[in-house]
Amino acid sequence: MGRMITNQQTHSNERGAVIAELRNATKRFGTVQAVTDVDLSVRAGELLAVLGPNGAGKTTAIGLLTGLRRPTQGTARLFDRDPRDLEARQRVGVMLQASGVPETLRVSELLNEFRGYYPAPLPLPTVVAAAGLDGLERRLYGELSGGQQRRVLFGIALCGNPELLFFDEPTTGLDVDVRRGLWATLRRLTAQGRGVVLTTHYLEEADALADRIVVLDHGTVIAEGSPSEIKALVPGRRIRANSSVSTSEALAFPGVQQASRDGAWLDLLTTTAEPALRELMARDPSLADLTVVEPSLEEAFLTLTTTTTEEAAA
Amino acid sequence: MIGLTDTRPMAAAAGRRPNLLRIYRTEAGHEFLKLIRVPIFAVTTLAFPLMFYVIFGLTFADENAGPVGVTTYMLATYGAFGVIGSSLFGFGVSVAMERGQGWMRLKRVSPMPPLAYFVAKVVMSASFAALIVTSLFVLGATVGGVRMPAEGWIGLLAVLVIGALPFCAMGLAFGYLVGPNSAPAVLNLVFLPMAFASGLWIPLAQLPDVVQSIAPFLPPYHLSQLALGTLGAADGPSPLLHVAALIGFTAVFLAVAGWGFRRDEGRTYG
Repeated sequence: MGRMITNQQTHSNERGAVIAELRNATKRFGTVQAVTDVDLSVRAGELLAVLGPNGAGKTTAIGLLTGLRRPTQGTARLFDRDPRDLEARQRVGVMLQASGVPETLRVSELLNEFRGYYPAPLPLPTVVAAAGLDGLERRLYGELSGGQQRRVLFGIALCGNPELLFFDEPTTGLDVDVRRGLWATLRRLTAQGRGVVLTTHYLEEADALADRIVVLDHGTVIAEGSPSEIKALVPGRRIRANSSVSTSEALAFPGVQQASRDGAWLDLLTTTAEPALRELMARDPSLADLTVVEPSLEEAFLTLTTTTTEEAAA
Repeated sequence: MIGLTDTRPMAAAAGRRPNLLRIYRTEAGHEFLKLIRVPIFAVTTLAFPLMFYVIFGLTFADENAGPVGVTTYMLATYGAFGVIGSSLFGFGVSVAMERGQGWMRLKRVSPMPPLAYFVAKVVMSASFAALIVTSLFVLGATVGGVRMPAEGWIGLLAVLVIGALPFCAMGLAFGYLVGPNSAPAVLNLVFLPMAFASGLWIPLAQLPDVVQSIAPFLPPYHLSQLALGTLGAADGPSPLLHVAALIGFTAVFLAVAGWGFRRDEGRTYG
């Protein structure tokens, strides 16, 4: 038995082996279908970003992979086992936005409570140092600042020395500096050979961190690929100007994905702005009130959804 | 992040298992720490049965209830009142509060053995029940002048502490049925009338006939009769009937709790 587990582990530790997956997974809550027919796989040592707007089904997908939820249809596997299997969970660490952490327990007590669940936990001083909790071990959780409390939850995710870590929207609500710091930490985790799954609604974050991105919208996977593949699908810049150039003319410009008109205003969604801008300025010398902005994620997803529907129709 | 540089994911763990006993001990220990660091629950849960014992028991100290003195009789009934209250509220309120929170979600996706959470609460509840009963005993033996052979004290303690278990199950069921904000109020609305109608405050024989006919349908009645039985003051026929009734109630409460647990799984908020 012990031998079989060893073999399995060496196997799954190979970079690229699938260590967690959803196959045709559907989850219904009453009449609401949170995810529909989702296929998703996590490979050892990679950082997978699950990207999508609020309500896209990201948290449900993580819930299915970690065994918090059972799929209504389809299957969820974790290290080739049921995600509820404790032996599968012993190889995983999870960081959730947790309310209701007992405020009257000390940092070291909370960490030790979770260390006890794992067969070979990291030593407490290692977890404390890794989570940046030096000097706070004796403090009660309720006495900590919001940032320190998050670091405790990070320490909890790490304390079993996991092969795979799940982070549900880890940077939501963090300021830029803290976010960059967490990015560095996540990169270090993958550099150590750990797999990481994170959900985010920042394309920029997925782009900066991920080996692979899965885009969820309305509970279905609408795109999957490397960050550069995803970025090629999604508009990088939105150009808006008071211009007489027609939408059909503009659609022929390099990099233009969508063109629309609102009175005197021409509105273009482009992969990169410069090639289209050059054309636009050349065609229309009287162009005025030009703005170039990064489109919101909602706009970006809107084009992705329409692109995929058009492809499906074609 | 210094400490992690040399650490590789857990390949070394193959074949090793976490120590179950240590997990249960840690969980129970932490339940206890949570309790004594916010002593208000402990103090009120402990104070009420002691207070009632002093008010009702010592006022009628010279009288008899059935074959024994009132102060002896009420050790059993207020002992039952105390352990039932602490089990009901200890389980009911904490489960109602914790089940919707991210912390429980985090524990549920961790490799925590699922029973550890409940075992810890049962251990905690039983220890606290023992504390309530021994405090009552001290009060009874000193101020109440109760005299019993050692077996009498031990038997009563054992019945009350073990008899608290069905009420842990009842608390658990309510914990899954009611929301976090309404839990204390709902439990009080259930507990206080139920305790009264089961004869925990005033001996059942002194209550109206209607109440006496309702009592056998209430779980606390059966625990108090078992406790009184150790003093030779029970009025029912066989203690086995009371044991059977309590086992039956426990099964029903556990079934309800299990249903609530599964219902939670389907909730979007959880």
